[in-house]
Amino acid sequence: MEVAKRADRKVSADTGAESSPRGPVCSLRHFACEQNLLSRPDGSASFLQGDTSVLAGVYGPAEVKVSKEIFNKATLEVILRPKIGLPGVAEKSRERLTRNTCEAVVLGALHPRTSITVVLQVVSDAGSLLACCLNAACMALVDAGVPMRALFCGVSCALDADGNLVLDPTTKQEKEARAVLTFALDSVEQKLLMSTTKGLYSDAELQQCLAAAQAASQHIFRFYRESLQRRYSKS
Amino acid sequence: MKETPLSNCERRFLLRAIEEKKRLDGRQTYDYRNIRISFGTDYGCCIVELGKTRVLGQVSCELVSPKLNRATEGILFFNLELSQMAAPAFEPGRQSDLLVKLNRLLERCLRNSKCIDTESLCVVAGEKVWQIRVDLHLLNHDGNIIDAASIAAIVALCHFRRPDVSVQGEEVTLYTPEERDPVPLSIHHMPICISFAFFQQGTYLLVDPNEREERVMDGLLVIAMNKHREICTIQSSGGIMLLKDQVLRCSKIAGVKVAEITELIQKALENDQKVRKEGGKFGFAESIANQRITAFKMEKASVDTSNIEEKAEEIIAEAEPPPEVVSKPVLWTPGTAQIGDGIENSWGGLEDSEKEEEEGGIDEAVILDDTKMDTGGVSDTGNQGAPIVLSDSEEEEMIILEPDKTPKKIRAQTTSAKEKAPSRSQVKRRRKKRTAN
Repeated sequence: MEVAKRADRKVSADTGAESSPRGPVCSLRHFACEQNLLSRPDGSASFLQGDTSVLAGVYGPAEVKVSKEIFNKATLEVILRPKIGLPGVAEKSRERLTRNTCEAVVLGALHPRTSITVVLQVVSDAGSLLACCLNAACMALVDAGVPMRALFCGVSCALDADGNLVLDPTTKQEKEARAVLTFALDSVEQKLLMSTTKGLYSDAELQQCLAAAQAASQHIFRFYRESLQRRYSKS
Repeated sequence: MKETPLSNCERRFLLRAIEEKKRLDGRQTYDYRNIRISFGTDYGCCIVELGKTRVLGQVSCELVSPKLNRATEGILFFNLELSQMAAPAFEPGRQSDLLVKLNRLLERCLRNSKCIDTESLCVVAGEKVWQIRVDLHLLNHDGNIIDAASIAAIVALCHFRRPDVSVQGEEVTLYTPEERDPVPLSIHHMPICISFAFFQQGTYLLVDPNEREERVMDGLLVIAMNKHREICTIQSSGGIMLLKDQVLRCSKIAGVKVAEITELIQKALENDQKVRKEGGKFGFAESIANQRITAFKMEKASVDTSNIEEKAEEIIAEAEPPPEVVSKPVLWTPGTAQIGDGIENSWGGLEDSEKEEEEGGIDEAVILDDTKMDTGGVSDTGNQGAPIVLSDSEEEEMIILEPDKTPKKIRAQTTSAKEKAPSRSQVKRRRKKRTAN
């Protein structure tokens, strides 16, 4: 059964012909990113993955309240605001995951007793929201010029009832999936920075999803590189 | 963060420039900044840019019971939020004055002017009505928040489509967007706020002040009007004293501006509707200008996942097998259970029992029904000494637990049925736990 599955995936990757828009072939949705679009924050970025869109603004390194200051590094704060209603527990959880990822890469020791605030606003949600938040946060931190040891990206994958893997799932795919896994990977060696999962899966499937996420992150980092090259190009 | 103070020389410069009828961005006294309206993929979602001030608006709906004193009308709810990215000074605790003022003005402008027909939102009188919620988020503050917010609100309301409902006698059917096309809201007119900033005690006036001009202004006059030249709301704040003909002049200017803005809104709505009908691409992705050097797009990319199964198998083969963990919850009484033991007491110096060690990491299973305490082959828990009595007080209900022996010193009242397990367990002693290899 394993062999057949592998063959299936290879075949569909070769032919490229899909019956449904995203088919069994793993593919990432259309990406777009615009940086420096807001005048007040030090850095800002709008990241779009298909129909999911998140706007990130970064202030920092800036003044920090004495109660929150850390003597040897910067205090990183992440705020996520949903589009409708008041922020709830899900937002708090995403804020914490994003903050842990950012803290792992931001060189806070270069700016002690300061604060770096990342504000995320959900502009539209059509699946893979946490991954989009992570990508927007990374681009905004780059735009703000915050020193980082690596870039990071977020990749979501969903396992449906048959065990097929779908990268960058839409809301419908997430709802029907047996498990949804989101990973944050760094740009230097595609190592895992953060993982959060929901649902039922075996450890073999976990490793497969992680490997698929690492393959996808190559595309995302290439996108980052090309967008920054375009920005700083002279022609 | 505290607001960056405005330096005196900057203030003087701005005021002198205004006296000479000059504005920093080169506009004339009555000129508005460029307004740009873009729509998202869901209905009711729009972003309005007034110069650099940016507001995101989203309309949503829900079926609820109506208010008791208005049983046949729908409910409108407006909420403007000053996001922390809009300005460094906007912190959760700090913006209350401005926030209340803006929200109140927006409510008066949209709710009291009756621009939305709330009677049409009624589904079953007295039982089910639509609650329309408008959420506005300020994304970037470059002055004149109220104008941008009012435009975003009215555009989002005009753009929004609610699900279709049909009532047959007692039965109410709510159709999904796939079954029946969603229905637009019934909007009578479009009130738009126009702001006028006054300087030097009302001598000089500017339309659409930007952030710097707002900081040096003496007072603000906001007139909400629709294209039929009906004034919906008028508010003067800042304590300036205006003459009657000043106010009349402002209302005339407002009439002209509202006509222009309303035309712009209609055009934007029509464009979006046309694109959706023709099946073209719509949404925020399309509104990212291609020519901007700071914007970049990438089409759908397929990812080669053909070798992930081999990679995964390799990793699993090389990894150590997971440790054997048998965890059995210990049920003391219905409603009280214990899984595992606590870790060593890190407060230090409390009692001598810290030195006791436990062999093996497997939790002891104490089954309530057994008369014997079966430790399952786990070596002694190291509870050599007698349990340490912490206090002689008879008033305290204190029980010291030894999972492998029946609790010896039970001070609390226990009923006869619960001999084997105390009713209120309070683990006064913590043990060191060594994990199994």
